[in-house]
Amino acid sequence: MMFWKSTYNEFIKIVAKPRSYIGLAVITALVGVFLFAMKVDGNKYISIMTASFEQSIAFQGNLLNGNMMAYLVLQMLIVHIPLLVALVTGDLVSGEAAMGTLRMLATKPISRTNLLMSKFLAGNIYTLIILIWFCVMALGFGLLLFGTGDLVIFNSEGLVILPGSDVLWRFFSGFIIAYLALVTVANLSITLSCFTDNSIGPIVITMAIIIFFTIIGNLDVPVFDSVKPFLFTTHMVAWRSFFDEPVRTKEIMNAVLVLSVHILTLIGIALYKFNRKDILS
Amino acid sequence: MSEKIVEVKHLSKQFGKIRAIEDVSFDVFRGDIFGFLGPNGAGKSTTIRAMLSLIAPDSGQINLFGRELSKNRNYILSRIGCIIEKPDFYQYLSAEKNLEIFARVSGASVTLSKIHEMIEFVGLKGREKDKVGHFSHGMKQRLGIAQTILHNPELIILDEPNTGLDPQGSIDIRNLILKLKNEQNKTIMLSSHILSEIEIIASRMLIIVNGKSVVQGEVSALLNKQELIVTFEVDQLGKSLKIIGEKFEASIIGNNAHNLMQLRINHRDIPIVNQLLTESGVQVFGIEAKRKLEDYFLKLVNNDVLEKHL
Repeated sequence: MMFWKSTYNEFIKIVAKPRSYIGLAVITALVGVFLFAMKVDGNKYISIMTASFEQSIAFQGNLLNGNMMAYLVLQMLIVHIPLLVALVTGDLVSGEAAMGTLRMLATKPISRTNLLMSKFLAGNIYTLIILIWFCVMALGFGLLLFGTGDLVIFNSEGLVILPGSDVLWRFFSGFIIAYLALVTVANLSITLSCFTDNSIGPIVITMAIIIFFTIIGNLDVPVFDSVKPFLFTTHMVAWRSFFDEPVRTKEIMNAVLVLSVHILTLIGIALYKFNRKDILS
Repeated sequence: MSEKIVEVKHLSKQFGKIRAIEDVSFDVFRGDIFGFLGPNGAGKSTTIRAMLSLIAPDSGQINLFGRELSKNRNYILSRIGCIIEKPDFYQYLSAEKNLEIFARVSGASVTLSKIHEMIEFVGLKGREKDKVGHFSHGMKQRLGIAQTILHNPELIILDEPNTGLDPQGSIDIRNLILKLKNEQNKTIMLSSHILSEIEIIASRMLIIVNGKSVVQGEVSALLNKQELIVTFEVDQLGKSLKIIGEKFEASIIGNNAHNLMQLRINHRDIPIVNQLLTESGVQVFGIEAKRKLEDYFLKLVNNDVLEKHL
């Protein structure tokens, strides 16, 4: 009972904080600008993309459609959305420690485990809201402005063409995997937040970790090959596996496993630290 | 003797190489206003934080309401209201919303009308919807007290509630504390480094110095043990000094051109000195007695008395 009351409290605080709206505003601006640019100049972009295939394939129909827009916008997930999520979740514990309210909460008859878990849950709900807004902007507005059609993807393997009727489920499944990746980032920042009383530190460190792991993941050096499969950043793009034909199920299962292990491990570390933390702020 | 609701035994805590408290022991009884006195850095806040499970002590035992804190944390905390050092609130939320948040996890069912009642009790009626970020320090202290009593706790712990307040603010908080004691019969533990504050409102007290408990007992008893500084306003200062010097065993600690004679004597000796003076033809226009708690406290702080006690 106390857990749910505390979760409600946490959510009220998130809703009342102005910084919580930065993420929504940035997504609206980023996706809005992208869709506007594609509406104005999208055909040129498509011609550049299809130029290398023009000799062998003739494209017919509406390539510049809402499905393609949503796919292209989704690529931004890896770079921007984790930062927007960490901006709020990285502050959930350390921000309260800096403000002194953690001290007030910790003298209430709610266990520290429940208090922290309510912060995790509220942070993960916030992450879901960010992602849903992202979906609405990317897929909803994409389809509204550009209409539907077959999805033509140009990836490192070559050209993949998916019928318009076969795309929607792939997007929703992709969003679920993307959510798992974002929850990992959110939980990383909350865990880091338990180690400090400085509200900016966990946000910066979370981003530093993502950049560092992404660089390691992209380096073509054999020494890192054994590490790469276990980095959560490797699996942040696992949603793309739903857009291959056939769907790369093994990679998706791998991603779900690695990200879930990360999420649970991070919660475990955070609970261990938070329950033993001397609250001196 | 009334029920013992706080029992701290041999409490010690070290932060790195710094020993914050060492072997602190004391009891608080139901209905007490318990003064927890010590200079800054003496270990008052560390002790209180340990009592509220904010920090884990290295050794010792804390029992509240007859139960051990480490095993009954939630049960105990549901019966306590507290302010540690200063009340901190969510600046971006209104006073009412802040109280709602703390009430929700207080373990009691607190209605909105109860929240409004408490806001009125601390004199903030009309400011319920204002953001706490716009409140003065004094108003935050008042809101802090509202927060501590929302869930009708039996024990209220106030750590330095007068910090940063102007004289009027301090008087207001003192009156609120007395109101809690008199109207709601709360047990109050009040930490302070301001002697006069403890002297005025506390019934029992503990003095803590350098992390160690030094003296504990009834405030009136502790005060009565101490000598007084008594100032006599007389018409013949020279004669008075001579009489006292010859006939009375008292230490003369001052005299001045305004015919004021200061003596360090016990409370029971005031009429004896007065009688000696008047029988010798000295006119006494006024007698003013000041307690020596401050001197005593300073001695403790400077280890003069500390060595005798430990």
